[in-house]
Amino acid sequence: MSAPLLELSGLTKAYPGVVANDDVSFGIGRGQIHALLGENGAGKSTLVKMIYGLVRPDEGEMRLEGRPHAPATPLEARAAGVAMVFQHFSLFDALDVAENITLGMADPPPRRDLAERIRKVSRDYGLPLDPNRIVGDLSAGERQRVEIVRCLLQSPKLLIMDEPTSVLTPQEVEILFATLRKLSAEGTAILYISHKLDEIRSLCDAATILRLGKVVGACDPRESSARELAEMMVGSALSAPARGGHVAGEVILEVEDLSLPPAHAFGTPLRRIGFGLAKGEILGIGGVAGNGQDELLAALSGERVSPRGSVRLRETDVSRMGPDARRALGLLSAPEERLGHAAAPDMSLMENALLSGHGRKALARRGFVDWGRTAAFARDVIARFDVRTPGEHVAARALSGGNLQKFVIGREVLQAPDVLVVNQPTWGVDAAAAAAIRQALLDLAEGGAGIIVISQDLDELMEISDRFAALNEGRLSAPVATATLDVERIGLMLGGAWDREKSHA
Amino acid sequence: MIRLEKRKEPSTLWSYATPFLAVALTVLAGGLMFAALGTDPVAAIRTIFYDPLFDPQYAAYSRPQLLVKAAPLILIATGLALGFRAGVWNIGAEGQYIIGALTGAGVGLALYPAETRLIFPLMVVAGALGGWAWAMIPAILKTRFNTNEILVSLLLVYVAENLLASMAVGRLRNPEGGGFPGSRNLSQWDAAANPELVAGTGLHWGVIAAIAAVIYAYILLNRHLMGFNIRLTGQAPRAARFAGVSPNRIVVFCLGLSGALAGLAGLFEVTGPAGQISIDFNVGYGFTAIIVAFLGRLHPLGIVLAGLLMALTYIGGELASFMLNIPAAAIQAFQGMLLFFLLAVDMLTNFRIRLGREAPA
Repeated sequence: MSAPLLELSGLTKAYPGVVANDDVSFGIGRGQIHALLGENGAGKSTLVKMIYGLVRPDEGEMRLEGRPHAPATPLEARAAGVAMVFQHFSLFDALDVAENITLGMADPPPRRDLAERIRKVSRDYGLPLDPNRIVGDLSAGERQRVEIVRCLLQSPKLLIMDEPTSVLTPQEVEILFATLRKLSAEGTAILYISHKLDEIRSLCDAATILRLGKVVGACDPRESSARELAEMMVGSALSAPARGGHVAGEVILEVEDLSLPPAHAFGTPLRRIGFGLAKGEILGIGGVAGNGQDELLAALSGERVSPRGSVRLRETDVSRMGPDARRALGLLSAPEERLGHAAAPDMSLMENALLSGHGRKALARRGFVDWGRTAAFARDVIARFDVRTPGEHVAARALSGGNLQKFVIGREVLQAPDVLVVNQPTWGVDAAAAAAIRQALLDLAEGGAGIIVISQDLDELMEISDRFAALNEGRLSAPVATATLDVERIGLMLGGAWDREKSHA
Repeated sequence: MIRLEKRKEPSTLWSYATPFLAVALTVLAGGLMFAALGTDPVAAIRTIFYDPLFDPQYAAYSRPQLLVKAAPLILIATGLALGFRAGVWNIGAEGQYIIGALTGAGVGLALYPAETRLIFPLMVVAGALGGWAWAMIPAILKTRFNTNEILVSLLLVYVAENLLASMAVGRLRNPEGGGFPGSRNLSQWDAAANPELVAGTGLHWGVIAAIAAVIYAYILLNRHLMGFNIRLTGQAPRAARFAGVSPNRIVVFCLGLSGALAGLAGLFEVTGPAGQISIDFNVGYGFTAIIVAFLGRLHPLGIVLAGLLMALTYIGGELASFMLNIPAAAIQAFQGMLLFFLLAVDMLTNFRIRLGREAPA
């Protein structure tokens, strides 16, 4: 290959107490789809932030097309031909597609021209998008298209994508990959960050693996197995969780005819949801984000009460009870959003342990908090779930995503729930932490608890759940034994087609 | 070019240093204002901060005044701070203070001229209930109809002021007062009086109540689940709902408690330092307490220090307007500057200032 498009040499960036990137060097060729692999905290984000001008390296240099590349701001990086699609979208729900794209531009063209350009780019790259639609009404996949089209309008030389498929259905992933391959064929280089090894193997033609801020390997992912890639990333052999043969026990949680209006203008109503959960069973609930996942969790956790009789735990009607009363009866939950929902960002881990644990762990007597017991409980969670932190006095927001997630899941698991409902338990979590969390859920089910895992990671659901159901526009499909499913069928279920199937039968 | 850069974690140093920096800036800007009014700024600042405590001529009178003025401020601010911690913005403590004084005095005057030791405790309870009830109006409107408690509690202050005026010339007027507005003097009626407990210190029951409230608030916030829930609701409302905290309960608790404490402050004032219900009975403690709460970083112990400081500016301000002819409005502006500068420099806790055009590190 001739001189690479982007050449990184000796990039180093240190934060107080941690070296995020240590002497990182590699090159990305023109038109190459280059994977950047690594656990959470391996330094991937810092690296791409340096390329995109959000962070300045302490040492080392970057060269783009042979010229020094040292952007002080994302604006300069974009001017140099670097574009980035973030994991978290920065879109305004209440504005339409064209308005959102205008907001990112230094010198926006008149609306009619822009709308025409959006239509052209989206047509050329197979990303159907109507410039006049309100973003609040779009699915996660469509929102991502807005972000991608926003980048493509600048005709970038290098496109950085951070975990782009975490919110997509299998069909949407195929569309995205087709787009990326087309871009690559036209000479645009793509730096692709993902945890999903199979995707990387099918899409990318080069890979750089980071561990603890250092480059630990480079390979051609098409010629390596997922296991080899994972082992390079983690540095030790992965233990894949094993689903022990389990016999369905008696039904412990019953949901019947559960309907709820949306909580806010862009929410999803729940429509007549019904299922039963047996002791020792893991029920996986899939679905594209925004199809009622948050609402279902809120209705099960007790954050929102539902019509009388719609949620029953061991014959007890809990549908009008709040979270505390449900916890006392053994129904626990862990919401998707770690910071601000499952945990209070500015509070210490100790205080966050108290947050949901004070009832079942008896951390308060007559309302007076026993901080000694609370600290001990927090330390127990930290130790048993391998939460990497200096101690229980550290603020929750100081932890990396994976570590905080281990803490949040551990906090609920160690309260010995009879039923545990988790939403996106391994979202944005590195492979080792994800494996640990899944194993903890499997162990909990082994001990007789019923577990509901709401997730957009289908591989995860296939791996750990006994039965699978899909949420689509607030409706839940009938649960199906996971062993009988294939990708085609899942795609149909996620798209809401199970209904039609049933009515034909 | 000056830029602000967000800190990764709030600076502990600055969270303690900002109140002092704010006081320093207030002295500076206040000095400029006094100079613009044609007063010697050094003399003005000295009269406000130094003379009330150390001047041989005035200190004997003004030193006890420190506790007299600080007590209602601390009592009210402690209650307000609990609400502010939870994101419940009771701006109407002034109204609750007036109503507490009216209900407390009303109960006492209804029993005049009986001489039993039960009257004062009864008035204390009535005062607290009056403030509580007045605060329940915004609380119920918020929880039932989702109205804004800032507006409702603030507007009720003006209702309370009119009620006070009507009571002072109407139902509570002293029948032996020769038709002058104002009630009987409660401080001269032993059964209802809130006297100076130790001569020359300014210590009265309101001071003791303020100390008790500070200790109660400290324990509540640091040792009790209710205090934890209050902090949780303020910091992460969604996490609070997940934890099972009812937002409505927090609103009712915080408004109720701050209302009751403001009512108590009013009762202790009307039975002691003020002595009677009069048209201009309220002097703005309820509003100044908002400054005290923030100046004290919403922390019970910080509020004690802030309350004493604000009391000093009250006493010193009076002295300055009397000695140096500084208008009373200028003194109020001076106190307002304190809150203004505090809120302004508060951002140093979460941001650092960078000079020049540098890339964020």
